[in-house]
Amino acid sequence: MAVREGLLALLQAEPHYGYQLKTEFEQATGGVWPLNVGQVYTTLDRLERDGLVSVRTGVDDQKLYSITLAGASALGDWWHAVPADEPPPRDELMLKVLMAIEDGEAHALDVVTRQRAALTELLQKRRRARSGESDGSDVAALLVTDALIVRAEADLRWLDVCESRILSMNAGTHRTRSAHRTRSTK
Amino acid sequence: MTPTLEFRDIVKTFGSGSTEVKAVSHISLSIQPGEFVAITGPSGCGKSTLLHLAGGLEPPSAGRVLVHGRDVVDMTPNQRAALRRTDVGYVFQSLNLVPALTALENVMLPLELDGVAARHARSHATDALRSVGLHEQLSRYPDDFSGGQRQRIAIARALVGERRLLLADEPTGALDTINSDQVVELLASLASERGVAIVMVTHEPRFASWADRVVFMRDGKIVSETSPDFGESVSAAVTS
Ligand SMILES: Nc1ncnc2c1ncn2[C@@H]1O[C@H](COP(=O)(O)OP(=O)(O)OP(=O)(O)O)[C@@H](O)[C@H]1O
Ligand SMILES: [Mg+2]
Repeated sequence: MAVREGLLALLQAEPHYGYQLKTEFEQATGGVWPLNVGQVYTTLDRLERDGLVSVRTGVDDQKLYSITLAGASALGDWWHAVPADEPPPRDELMLKVLMAIEDGEAHALDVVTRQRAALTELLQKRRRARSGESDGSDVAALLVTDALIVRAEADLRWLDVCESRILSMNAGTHRTRSAHRTRSTK
Repeated sequence: MTPTLEFRDIVKTFGSGSTEVKAVSHISLSIQPGEFVAITGPSGCGKSTLLHLAGGLEPPSAGRVLVHGRDVVDMTPNQRAALRRTDVGYVFQSLNLVPALTALENVMLPLELDGVAARHARSHATDALRSVGLHEQLSRYPDDFSGGQRQRIAIARALVGERRLLLADEPTGALDTINSDQVVELLASLASERGVAIVMVTHEPRFASWADRVVFMRDGKIVSETSPDFGESVSAAVTS
């Protein structure tokens, strides 16, 4: 993923040792994106191979990494880049609901109901976590929680839309399928 | 502990014969002091009807509605009216305040209707306004406040005189996001800090998630609810 660019962004500010990069990366991402040391050094090796960072020996013979001109230019491209293609709208929640609709309205409503209760509980949890953090000291952590809250809200809103559409689908076919419906609600 | 509000197998139908509508169908639910419950579900699923039943505004067709352990159905019309004045507060989506009365007078109104002396009514109303974070400029008229402030005044009026049950029907309906957040946060704190039992109807997951418990309705029934301790969710729907 974008770990390469994240490291370059930290190096843009000043040269770093490997272990410093790990710590600063994790702080900047609010603690939700842990890196292992091996991953940091592998990434730095590749960046060095590609000429995007340079290495010299610092205190205690440790490797001190700096960004090169080519690295700064690659980083600049990354800040400006936008996704070329819209990502395909595929996720597991959507797959579940669409498959359940294939299986019949009752099953679909059931899946919507369960997913919604579970997601709402998740949202409640995040909301609590959020009010615990609201002293504003760690902006990164707050923004990460905000992002999670807003995404859960979006999924819940989508489930509401699903429910309304399934119910109106149901009303539209009421006459032809009423026998079936009477049986399935027993 | 006696629940503040309890529905026991409530049914509410409107009309009869071929035009009969079952707005609420066999709902049982109980709400403890200090508990904040959100009710959500598609339009027409019976949310407002449930609130009307809770406040004794409508009688149920079957079942029992208990407020502080007392059956609302068995009450005389006078007792029910007294219940609404002294125990149960209502907040609606909009049109909550009397425009010709000041903020303070609006909040004093339910007490004055109940025959409380003006001096006492004034002090209770000032307390209630303070609890919603408004205690300045109380002689201004509703039109001079922002939408969010107006709704806070309405909440103060619904709570004045130590009423322990607050029923709110889409209280954020006419507000923008920031004001809505503040109103819902206020409700959450009134429940947790002052022990008021609150039932709020909303169609916004964002606001529902502030509640201790979220109840999902469909077709007049409860289809699932979140558990107050955020554990496994209880789902009535999966048993059908
Ligand atoms: N006084 C009434 N007479 C006849 N039918 C009614 C009456 N009040 C409500 N209903 C019907 O009862 C059902 C539930 O209505 P209710 O107002 O409780 O829904 P709601 O969940 O609050 O919907 P919304 O989200 O749109 O406010 C609806 O079908 C409605 O048409
Ligand atoms: Mg309604």
